[in-house]
Amino acid sequence: MSGERVVTRGAGTTAYTPTEMMTVTAARALTNDDVCFVGIGAPSAACNLARLTHVPAITLIYESGTIATKPDVLPLSIGDPELCATALATVSVPEMFQYWLQGGRVTVGFLGGAQIDRFGNINSTVIGPYDHPRVRLPGAGGAPEIASACGQIYAIMRQSPRAFVPKVDFITSFGHGDGGDHRRRLGLRTAGITLVITDLGLLRPDPETKELTVTAIHPGVTRDQITQATGWPIRFATDVSATPPPDSHDLDVLRDLLARTARAHGTTSAAGDGST
Amino acid sequence: MTAFPSLADAVAALVRDGDSVAMEGFTHLIPFAAGHEVIRQGRRDLTLIRMTPDLIYDQLIGMGCARKLIFSWGGNPGVGSLHRLRDAVEHAWPAPLELEEHSHAAMASAYAAGASGLPCALLRGYIGSDLVGQHPHIRFVECPFTGERLAAVPALRPDVGIIHAQRADRAGNVLIEGIIGVQKEVILAARRTLVTVEEIVEDLQPPSPNTVVLPHWTINAVVAVPHGAHPSYAQGYYGRDNAFYTAWDAISRDRDTFRAWMREHVLAARADDTVSGAAVEVKQP
Repeated sequence: MSGERVVTRGAGTTAYTPTEMMTVTAARALTNDDVCFVGIGAPSAACNLARLTHVPAITLIYESGTIATKPDVLPLSIGDPELCATALATVSVPEMFQYWLQGGRVTVGFLGGAQIDRFGNINSTVIGPYDHPRVRLPGAGGAPEIASACGQIYAIMRQSPRAFVPKVDFITSFGHGDGGDHRRRLGLRTAGITLVITDLGLLRPDPETKELTVTAIHPGVTRDQITQATGWPIRFATDVSATPPPDSHDLDVLRDLLARTARAHGTTSAAGDGST
Repeated sequence: MTAFPSLADAVAALVRDGDSVAMEGFTHLIPFAAGHEVIRQGRRDLTLIRMTPDLIYDQLIGMGCARKLIFSWGGNPGVGSLHRLRDAVEHAWPAPLELEEHSHAAMASAYAAGASGLPCALLRGYIGSDLVGQHPHIRFVECPFTGERLAAVPALRPDVGIIHAQRADRAGNVLIEGIIGVQKEVILAARRTLVTVEEIVEDLQPPSPNTVVLPHWTINAVVAVPHGAHPSYAQGYYGRDNAFYTAWDAISRDRDTFRAWMREHVLAARADDTVSGAAVEVKQP
């Protein structure tokens, strides 16, 4: 996996990598009552780990039209056969976006992205100017309307100064805009980004300013590490908690899932990474 | 009458230089074989429309067939970039490519509007997104009943709609099942239509009265092309070749490697060995 820090935490059977810590922590944010719109890559790994561990009744929806899907291996694409074969129902893509997403049936949207800024706006379109980009990224997909129509948004991204920037080059998916009541002023009644899970800790928007603020730190990670990995002078909440480490069951289930996935896709590297 | 021509004859009759062409299939049932025939016939200046350009549009763009791309997500799913698309956007190779970029919700609604004969689609979309203002095809209107500000995008009415499906009967009625994406919408929105299928059967045998069946009179040409969606997939016939999607990253990264692969696997191949001689009647709705 590109960008993986070569460290492990814990010892023996409970040793784990920062990416595993991130995935397990993301999974723990979900509940059995959630109807979750799942992005491909890291969000998909976290959501399925949640379903296979502590929230078996969660409803996972992928934008390909598959509702309440229970894939045995992680899909490489958003529309792998596995998603349709294990779904409660498969609807057309216009129906998915019009009735189910826009209709307000989804409680949580789980997104990744290339860049996120201090107010939780996400860029998955371009690095550099739009007309002459330094890097052309895949683009929006479902994200702009996922970000506005879901009850709330969780984002999962590895933390680095390139990815966590003061202001994104391009707002693909609106988070909290310039902060404060910007969402309200645009007529948005959904919560927007409420949680960012990284390989170092958890970030939540400040209740007033909506600036992303560290509220939890993963075991073995220092405040200085988080500051160094953030492109703006990141603030720490008054009460910063310590994230509990993954337990061995979480890690077993995650590793089995990734191993099954790698075998199924004929690749040597496990999924749970990659783009949205 | 739905015609049953060869793939070469169907593409020759239905796809012209300068056309807007939508080859759809949301991960599933992507019409690769038809796209390859468009490349072999050297079509130019196409406006390519597809929610997820995928490998097939990466190939068309890299071979110089496209002038413009209307799309909403241009990556290799789960793998990374579409390198030929990026090269066209970042370095104008092999030709400049105009982009009209949308979100999935907007494009899906625009196809539905095209199928519905409406001039535009409305959605609660693009709120706060910088996609607004990059091209003139995202605007806002006020709901006449509630005053809510809604996004509007023009209906998609492609000159040509091309899809792959599981099977057709001998009249040309087409059955689609599984992840159906916008397959139905693009056929009903397009002026000329081509459907490739895994097989042509005596009886469609729809598994449910609600199975998606497109009547033959919505389709200009049906061509049996077994494996015609590979490396995407056809539910009930074969799975997605995820290993090829992963391998495409290395094939497409370098211009010469890409061209060599296309020469060997697409240009040197023949769509089929026989020319049917069947005429394709083009209806203009």
